Amino acid sequence: MAGVVGRVSGPVVIAEGLDESRMYDVVRVGTLGLVGEIIRLVGGTATVQVYEDTTGLRPGDPVENTGAALSVELGPGLLTSIYDGVQRPLDAIQKNVGDFITRGTVAPPLDETKRWEFTATAKTGAEVGPGTILGTVQETSLILHKILVPPGIRGTLRQLASGTYTIREPIGSATSGTGSTPLFLAHRWVVRIPRPVAQKLPPDIPLVTGQRVIDSFFPVAKGGTACIPGPFGSGKTVCQQQLAKWADSDIVVYVGCGERGNEMTEVLATFPNLVDPKSKKPLMERTVLIANTSNMPVAAREASVYTGITIAEYYRDMGYDVALMADSTSRWAEAMREISGRLEEMPGEEGYPAYLGRRVAEFYERAGRVVALSPDGRRGSVTVVGAVSPPGGDTSEPVSQNTLRVARVFWALDAALASRRHFPSINWLQSYSLYVPDLAAWYRKELSGEFITLRQRALEILQKEAELQEIVQLVGVDALPEREKATLDVARMLREDYLQQSAYDAVDTYSSIQKQLRMLRAILAFGDREQEAIEKGATVQQLQRLPVRTKLSRMKWVPEAELGAQFDQIELEVSGAVAAVISAGAA
Amino acid sequence: MAAKNGKTAKAAPEFPEVPVDYRTVDRVSGPLLFVREIDNAAYGEIVEITLPSGERRQGQVLDSRKGLAIVQVFGPTMGMSVEQTSVKFLGEVATLAVSNELLGRVFNGLGEPRDGGPRIVSSTRLEIVGNAMNPYSREEPSEFIQTGISTIDVNNTLVRGQKLPLFSGAGLPHNQVAAQIVRQAKLRNSSEGFAVVFGAMGITSEEANFFLKEFETTGALERTVAFLNLSSDPSMERVVTPRMALTAAEYLAYEEDLHVLVVLTDMTSYCEALREVSAARDEVPGRRGYPGYLYTDLATIYERAGKIHGRKGSITQLPILTMPADDVTHPIPDLTGYITEGQVYLSRDLQRKGIYPPIDVLPSLSRLMGQGIGKDRTREDHRGVSDQLFAAYATGKDQRALSAIVGEEALGPIDRLALKAADRYEREFVTQRPDEDRTIDESLRIAWDILSDFPDAELKRIRPEFLQQYRAHPPAAGL
Repeated sequence: MAGVVGRVSGPVVIAEGLDESRMYDVVRVGTLGLVGEIIRLVGGTATVQVYEDTTGLRPGDPVENTGAALSVELGPGLLTSIYDGVQRPLDAIQKNVGDFITRGTVAPPLDETKRWEFTATAKTGAEVGPGTILGTVQETSLILHKILVPPGIRGTLRQLASGTYTIREPIGSATSGTGSTPLFLAHRWVVRIPRPVAQKLPPDIPLVTGQRVIDSFFPVAKGGTACIPGPFGSGKTVCQQQLAKWADSDIVVYVGCGERGNEMTEVLATFPNLVDPKSKKPLMERTVLIANTSNMPVAAREASVYTGITIAEYYRDMGYDVALMADSTSRWAEAMREISGRLEEMPGEEGYPAYLGRRVAEFYERAGRVVALSPDGRRGSVTVVGAVSPPGGDTSEPVSQNTLRVARVFWALDAALASRRHFPSINWLQSYSLYVPDLAAWYRKELSGEFITLRQRALEILQKEAELQEIVQLVGVDALPEREKATLDVARMLREDYLQQSAYDAVDTYSSIQKQLRMLRAILAFGDREQEAIEKGATVQQLQRLPVRTKLSRMKWVPEAELGAQFDQIELEVSGAVAAVISAGAA
Repeated sequence: MAAKNGKTAKAAPEFPEVPVDYRTVDRVSGPLLFVREIDNAAYGEIVEITLPSGERRQGQVLDSRKGLAIVQVFGPTMGMSVEQTSVKFLGEVATLAVSNELLGRVFNGLGEPRDGGPRIVSSTRLEIVGNAMNPYSREEPSEFIQTGISTIDVNNTLVRGQKLPLFSGAGLPHNQVAAQIVRQAKLRNSSEGFAVVFGAMGITSEEANFFLKEFETTGALERTVAFLNLSSDPSMERVVTPRMALTAAEYLAYEEDLHVLVVLTDMTSYCEALREVSAARDEVPGRRGYPGYLYTDLATIYERAGKIHGRKGSITQLPILTMPADDVTHPIPDLTGYITEGQVYLSRDLQRKGIYPPIDVLPSLSRLMGQGIGKDRTREDHRGVSDQLFAAYATGKDQRALSAIVGEEALGPIDRLALKAADRYEREFVTQRPDEDRTIDESLRIAWDILSDFPDAELKRIRPEFLQQYRAHPPAAGL
């Protein structure tokens, strides 16, 4: 079906003569064949958002409808790839056209010539349906890729055999009353439609991230949703990257949506050299990158989050825990706004389209811990962590507000903390996690019964500190009774020795939850002994001078391997040192 | 060249051979011209407009429909008439002729000679709206640039290929600071070729002369390409000027293997010109009347900094913007901060105290610092020292505010130390002469001298082994 260009205005093109087109069909525009998507239909006139720069297009240029909706190709080879927003492989594009992305470039998303070693696990003659595992391919040394029957296909399995295949060669077929359907290592899925699941499960396992403020205070569940709003420079990207590096998910999909090119480069440069704490394999082997940087076409930016989450859902369906980082959803929303403006739609708040809230909610709803569509009832999850970049850091704006309505964890980044280099700059008074009650049972069982209590006590001390600070502002710290000075002292230790965590330090960048428990226990134990000593007449200043304080402030650098011994020693010294202060005071 | 860059290979749309003169202007509105009954014009096509007086101006197609083109005029529309203005569609998008003869030249905002010299004749013409750099081709910027300014080198380190804007305000010495950076910037132990590209949008001739003179006295002028759009020049040209500058920079970096430092000033004037066009087109405005696509538009400028795998040159950007009413939440600094890799923030408070350079490190940031510092780059203790300075200065400033209310006597002993450290930091570390070029070791030495007032237990950001090695003197008495 061919039509012609009627009007060009930035990324929006109006095409005429496209009869029988459907919404969201992919079209090729102009002699270069620029990729676009139909977003409005009036009779035979279609409004198209073009995923590439439209300079040089003119009325009368041809437009061709491919008849298919925007989809991604799912199969072995996704991991370690870097794609743009519409799943064009950036490494292949570099090989084809050089260091700058020229327009109309096409390259297959998955390597079509690579031969994969396929091990069949399903039996010929078996009845298979959507989600049935046909066999496996060792995609990277870390991940075993399970080949699934695509949604919608059902029948009796024929001619399935192990062997080496490319993604274009059939590995077998499924026959049913309506005929025979060939099966491949890869299949396509439309990005704007969530992949079907059998059932959604309650989120009761934490995504352990190795970040103390997150795991201890504001945990996110596997299959949960979290948002990180914060002004520029407050550390959103470092937070997201830390999660991508250290979260205990099997797969990470990192969507750089309208952000900096050099940040993607940083991920590309550092991830292959970082090893997963559990498997000791390079982190890149479990990672898929989607990079649609801020200077790349705006419509493809709009598509990038859908491309990312569809890939995440695909690995979830294999039974993996997947974490998706979207940095930043504000850029995605702005892409919507820009397209909406070009369509001359009636704007909602701050120029954003009226459907912003719906789109945001739909996106986060694709997260979840699920039972996959499959007879074996395997479980997988997609955890979504979205960064939000509110203008001026003011979260009363529409993107933040719509996100807060649906995300269940709120990590509030604080510019004041960032400016004094308190990182991660997650504000402990404003942030929240609604998953804590769901996860408490897990912490009790897997870690220790006291963890949730310690956490609660620490939060109370920090809350108390905020109240005391207001008094200090008026009368100065000297006017406070020693008991309250001690509370301020412990709160300061919590802030500086516990919550602050350096992403750039080889040891401190990751804290196991066991280490978190020991650190928290040591600080609160010191706090308890400090109060005791003060009851008996000691002063906070005396306690601050204890040499063990230096040890407490350097707990974060205790290597994981020496955890038990070193912390036992610290706790012992705390008791000893404080007892000495007390007896000296009594003498 | 074409094969190497991939940019000139960008297939040009087909254009009619002989441009036709149209006298079918039907509306002139602000900077926009509506031309009817034309053959289909290409989006982004350059047009030549002849006024009734015979004067010529350039423009560009912003919106193309069947038989109608909306043209943005670079320059005033004064003197244009509906009947007698003729418009010629030139059949090409905006380009810049490039060769190594660019160096030492001064052009206007549209890339025409301003220094009385000849036009650049070259078979290579690059489209000024560059294709996006493939993120996969980018090389991670990691080479430390020593600017000789302590607050930048230690606390907000600049690296090659970074874009680090100066957030300033009216009346602050951003030009002096930028000039000092350009003058002093160097890589340790390196003698590779460098060039300066200077893009000026809407600055006064006085400011422009200041920069050109600076470049001249330091001998950098023959390594400089300047694109000057002064405040008296047509504001519409400003939309094109930074792209001209960056196209020249890309040529010098990626074809001539030079390390290019691009100074763009003032980005605020650029954004205002963009707003003017948007308003004339009756677009739905975003915040404060700026168009909704301001973020994307700025990104296409700032993201043209960087390094590419396998190429020798690099582009480091130093944009300057004046924040209206010193308001960092204004859309221009706000969106800039979200795109650039940090910012250097000039403070009016420090300026009032007579401190030069008045760089407030607390809201300043360099995102690429981590890659450029540490062992083998600057020094192993750099990260810890920097973090500790930030923490000490932030605490000290809090205590300064507090002591104004409750008196210094009511502060705890450690708080008093922090207060003293903040004062010393401003007086000894931040303050330096405009011609003072400190090495990184010198800057770190001053930092250690200040930090050594604290006892070890308070220097939590610094690893114990570095404390032992670098402590300048024992902690202040009484602790």
